[in-house]
Amino acid sequence: MKTFTYTIQDPVGMHARPAGKLAKEAAQYQSVVTLLKGEKKADTRRLMALMGLGIKQGDTVTVQVEGPDEDTAAPAVEEYLSANKF
Amino acid sequence: MIAMQGTGVSAGVASGPIRFYRRERAEVRRWTVEDPQAEVRRYQDAAAAAQEQLGALADKARAEAGDDAACLFETHQMMLEDLDYVAAITDMIEGESVNADYAVHQAGQQFAEMFSAMDDEYMRARSADVLDISSRLERILRGEESLGNSDSGPAIIAAEDLSPSETVQMDKSRILGFLLAGGHRNSHTAILARTLGIPAVIQLGEELKPELEGRTAILDGQTGQLVVDPDEATRSYLEDKQGKEREARRKLEELKGQPDVTQDGKSVRLYANISSPAILDAVISNDARGIGLFRSEFLYLENSDYPTEEQQFEAYKTVLQRMGTRQVVIRTLDIGADKKVDYFHLPHEENSALGMRAIRICLSRPEVFKTQLRALYRASAFGNLAIMFPMIASVWEIQEIKRICAAVRKELEREKIPFSESVELGIMVETPAAVIIADKLAKEVDFFSIGTNDLTQYTLAVDREGAPGLERFSDTHHLAVLRLIKMTMDAAHEAGIWAGICGELASDTSLTELFLAMGADELSVSARSVLPVRSVIRSLNTNRNREKLLKSLE
Repeated sequence: MKTFTYTIQDPVGMHARPAGKLAKEAAQYQSVVTLLKGEKKADTRRLMALMGLGIKQGDTVTVQVEGPDEDTAAPAVEEYLSANKF
Repeated sequence: MIAMQGTGVSAGVASGPIRFYRRERAEVRRWTVEDPQAEVRRYQDAAAAAQEQLGALADKARAEAGDDAACLFETHQMMLEDLDYVAAITDMIEGESVNADYAVHQAGQQFAEMFSAMDDEYMRARSADVLDISSRLERILRGEESLGNSDSGPAIIAAEDLSPSETVQMDKSRILGFLLAGGHRNSHTAILARTLGIPAVIQLGEELKPELEGRTAILDGQTGQLVVDPDEATRSYLEDKQGKEREARRKLEELKGQPDVTQDGKSVRLYANISSPAILDAVISNDARGIGLFRSEFLYLENSDYPTEEQQFEAYKTVLQRMGTRQVVIRTLDIGADKKVDYFHLPHEENSALGMRAIRICLSRPEVFKTQLRALYRASAFGNLAIMFPMIASVWEIQEIKRICAAVRKELEREKIPFSESVELGIMVETPAAVIIADKLAKEVDFFSIGTNDLTQYTLAVDREGAPGLERFSDTHHLAVLRLIKMTMDAAHEAGIWAGICGELASDTSLTELFLAMGADELSVSARSVLPVRSVIRSLNTNRNREKLLKSLE
C-alpha cells in the first residue's frame, strides 16, 4: 500500500464535480484509492461517501493506494490532484 | 379556443404543449416479491436505462452549454453506480424480499438524509441529487415516461407558483415558457425567466386548470396573453410575432461591438449586473462595457461559514482578470432582509427590510467587513475595480467606511501587498434619505449608483414581494421615484461625480430616454438587456425631447 498526504486547494472542496473527476481518474487503475480525513475514510468508487467526508479547502487528507499497480497509480493520482488544483 | 389574460413578465412568444409541474412525488408502495433475484435484475435493467438517459442528457448539455453543464449529469451517472448506494438497494431487495421501487426509494431517502445532515450548505443541496437519481429509477421501474427523457419534448411549464430553486433545477432546454397562476413581477423566478430569456406569463389565476395538461397553447410574455387551442388566425398572428422577435434578436446581435452613443453624440456607459461569476460569459457575450453591479453575496450565500479572505480574493480576481480593462463595480456584502445566511446568526426581526442588513451589518461587525475589503483591494491589482456600499442613509456611515478602507490600504502597504491606487468608492442610492442628502454624500464619494428596486420599496412603503394585489400600489414609474432619481443625478453632477442606475428600472427601455435626459452617465442592466438598451440608446436624440421630458417630472 502506498500512502501520501495532500492539502485540498479547490475553494469548493471535495464537491460532486471534483469527486466525480477523481473517481474517473482512479478507475483507470486496478488499485483502490482511498481518502482519509480524520477518523473517516472513503474510496473513490463510493462517490457519495467521498462527498460525505465533507472535505473542504485547506483540509489535509491522507490518500491510500492499494493494489497490483499501486507503484504507478500512487504518483499518478498525486500528480493528477495537484495538476488539477484539487 | 380559450383565451386568458395574465401579466407578462418576460417578453417573447412561445408555443407548445402545456405541462404542469408536479411537486408531489408518487406514493411508493411496498410489496413482497417471490423471486428477489429477478427483482434485482429488474433494478439492474432500470439502472442501465437510467445510465443511458443520463448519458443522452450529458451529451445534449455538452452541445448546448459546455462541459460544466454536462458534468452534472455525469456526476448523476456516477452516483447511480456508487457501490454503497447499489449495495443498499440490492441488500434490501434480497434481504427483505421487497420490490425494487421500494428499495430504491428507501435508499434515496437514506442517502439524502446523510447529505442533509451535513454542515455544508452545498452538501445539503446534494440530497436533491440523490433524490433525483432515485426518482429517475422509480419512474423507470414504474414504466413511466421520464421527465428528463428526450421523448418528452419541450413544453410550456405551468404551475401554481415556482420557487427560485425549482426554476433553477429545471432542464432549461425543455422549457418553452412559464405559466403561473400566482407569482409576482419582481419575484426571483420572474427575474430569472428574464435573465434566461424564457417568455413568462404570471397571475393567470384559477383559470389555469390542470385539465389544460397536454393541450397546445401560445403565450405572449409581453402582453400577458395566453391562448389554449388557438384557432388558425390567432396562431398565425402570434407565430408571425414570434418570427418578428427572432428577427429583432438577430438585429440586436449586429449591435455587438457598436458604441453606446446617441444620435446627437452623447455617450453612456452600458454595464451589466451579475450575481455570480457564472453569469460572466453572458456579460461578455452580450458585449457589456463593464459590470455596474456585482453582488458579492453569492460568496456568503454559497458558504456554510464566513468566506475567507483568500476565497474572496480568488473570486474577485477571476472576475477582474476576465473583464480586463473594463470597469467592475463590486458591491460589498448585502445580506439581511430577504437574503438570510445562517452563520451570521442575525436576530429575528419583525420588519427585516428596515433592520440589520447590508452596510449596517458591516459597520457592526468590522472584522467581517475588513476581510472583504482586504480581499477587494488585493484583487484591485488585477483589473479595473470600483467598490460600492449598499443601504447608505447617513454621511457618518460613508465617513466611517472610508476610515476602514484607509486602514485596510495602510495594512496592505505595510505588508507590501500590491493594490491599485485608483479604486473608485461609491454608494448605492436606495434610501430616500440618501437622495435628500445627496449633495452632502456626493462630496464623500466618487460615484452614485441608484438601486431602483429598494428605492421604490422604501419610497412608496410597498413590499416588492408583498401580498397579492399590492402591485398597483407599487408603481415603478411613480413620479416620486422618478423625481428622486433626477435629484440624485443633479446632486452628483453638481459635485462633479458620475451617477448611474443599476436597478431593474435601468433595463426599462421606456425610460431610457428620460434617464439620458436626466444626464445618466451609466446604466447597468441584466446581461440580456444590454443589446435592447443599446439599440434604444443609439436611436435617441437626447436634445429633441429633453425639455418636454424633464417638464413631465414637474
